[in-house]
Amino acid sequence: MEATIKKQLEITACKVRMGIIEGVFNAKSGHPGGSLSIADTLTYLYFAKMNVDPKNPSFKDRDRLVLSKGHCAPALYSVLANRGYFDVDELKTLRHIGSRLQGHPDMKYIPGVDMSTGSLGQGISAAVGMSLSAKLTNDSYKVYAILGDGEIEEGQVWEAAMFAAHRKLDNLVAVVDNNGLQIDGKVSDVCSPYPIVDKFKAFGWHVITMNAHDFDDIERAFNEAEKVVAKPVAIVQTSVKGKGVSFMENQVSWHGTAPNKEQYDIAMAELNETLKNLEDK
Amino acid sequence: MADIIKKATRESYGEALAELGEKYENLYVLDADLAAATKTGIFKKKFPERHIDCGIAEANMMGIAAGLATTGKIPFASSFAMFAAGRAFEIVRNSIGYPHLNVKIGATHAGISVGEDGATHQCNEDIALMRIIPGMTVINPCDDVEARAAVEAAININGPVYMRFGRLAVPVINDKATYKFELGKGVTLRDGKDVTIIATGLLVNEALVAAEELAKDGIDARVINIHTIKPIDEEIILNAAKETGLIITAEEHSVIGGLGSAVCDVLSANYPTKVVKIGVNDVFGHSGPAVDLLKEFGLSSENIIKTTKEAVNNK
Repeated sequence: MEATIKKQLEITACKVRMGIIEGVFNAKSGHPGGSLSIADTLTYLYFAKMNVDPKNPSFKDRDRLVLSKGHCAPALYSVLANRGYFDVDELKTLRHIGSRLQGHPDMKYIPGVDMSTGSLGQGISAAVGMSLSAKLTNDSYKVYAILGDGEIEEGQVWEAAMFAAHRKLDNLVAVVDNNGLQIDGKVSDVCSPYPIVDKFKAFGWHVITMNAHDFDDIERAFNEAEKVVAKPVAIVQTSVKGKGVSFMENQVSWHGTAPNKEQYDIAMAELNETLKNLEDK
Repeated sequence: MADIIKKATRESYGEALAELGEKYENLYVLDADLAAATKTGIFKKKFPERHIDCGIAEANMMGIAAGLATTGKIPFASSFAMFAAGRAFEIVRNSIGYPHLNVKIGATHAGISVGEDGATHQCNEDIALMRIIPGMTVINPCDDVEARAAVEAAININGPVYMRFGRLAVPVINDKATYKFELGKGVTLRDGKDVTIIATGLLVNEALVAAEELAKDGIDARVINIHTIKPIDEEIILNAAKETGLIITAEEHSVIGGLGSAVCDVLSANYPTKVVKIGVNDVFGHSGPAVDLLKEFGLSSENIIKTTKEAVNNK
């Protein structure tokens, strides 16, 4: 990846992380851990990959993204706001009464949200439906779905996986965010979804592994995905839950907890430091 | 009586889809390995490229339907009521109902008249499950003519619609030439002043038969067909309560949460009136010929007559 583009994406991803912390802190609830682990991937998709237009969020041939792990809405909202779909300041209204930034994404009111999600395992089916739709009428758009590694414990995910391969939906890319943690602990301890790569391969998918926090690798993975023919693509990304805020990293306790004022100040100071270093680079 | 033509509303559903497929190019039909039984196979034969078999995976089928709807296509997701409303309930609620997507659910094999397959397949809960979802339209047609009309009406509603169809052939009581489907409007099929029988689905014909018999005993029963259970026709129910003072509801569904409950909701808030509910009395069904089961569970003209007489005598 060209150095200037990479630097810009890193800067944007840092701002996205600040938006996540801002939202969750003001909401006094929400899911920072899994939001931070997908921040780089979402930033890459919305700023460097997807054919989208914040000024015309519903145009017919846009690429679609379904956040199947809907509880990580703070990440999606922050990316959309930073991309210009709505004001970044609105992130502070997350989960408030009267705000359109619902705890889980609501497509009816939030520009840029392609599917309402929140109940795990369901978003991937809707994404499959969108991909199928494009195939049925020869539309050119692509569909991206973001799933959690805990989420794939839901049986519906595998119904969708079977169907997508059967229909050869090569316009579909499902990212599995393998941060290794779910509410009750390590995914390997709770009800292991491993081996994730082998499972998707066995279901007939083309599988790519990716470092979720390295834009060179993210670009490589999505470029490879684009070249796959006649198979849906699963990108299994190795990520760090809580990435970017030192005390949240790899801590299951930050799955669904908001920072208090002191923690918020530390997190924002860290992210500001990161931002400054990136800008000075 | 002239020869009675009988037809199962699931067949009406399949035929209507095949017919409307010509008029509506963005109509797609989804199945979960039951196209032969839901009768959407008729559509599949005519429009194979617009028929999507999802395999035995109803949850995923509903999600796919939601995804198709976001792109402007009109999906008809078809399965047995047990699986469409039961198994896939939460997907219908969260992926279709909450975003208010334009998905049509065609649920066949509803109620006890599934017959020999028994309790696991006899869904007496679907009306309750579907009418509780905000924004969901619920239609339960009584015969072939009404079922066909309901399918086209559903296309013209911008939002989710649940349609309930049966496996058993039932008499065609509406006249195709003059029938007009009005969403959310009950239909007074017979006027009367002593009591009103409000029926839905295959119980509508039973109610008409019962009313004729009751007339012989001097009981003048009004019969109302409620094909749209949600949004329900409050006016026709309130007028019936005010004018006849006694309501009997009849449905091939649990007495909990179905038409009877919907009627009680209207009356208790606006004009408290005695309502006697005929339906499946909080029990599971079992195997047997459909016609025998309907009689056994009291979903028959005989039971409507008996229940109505008792209620009128106690009025």
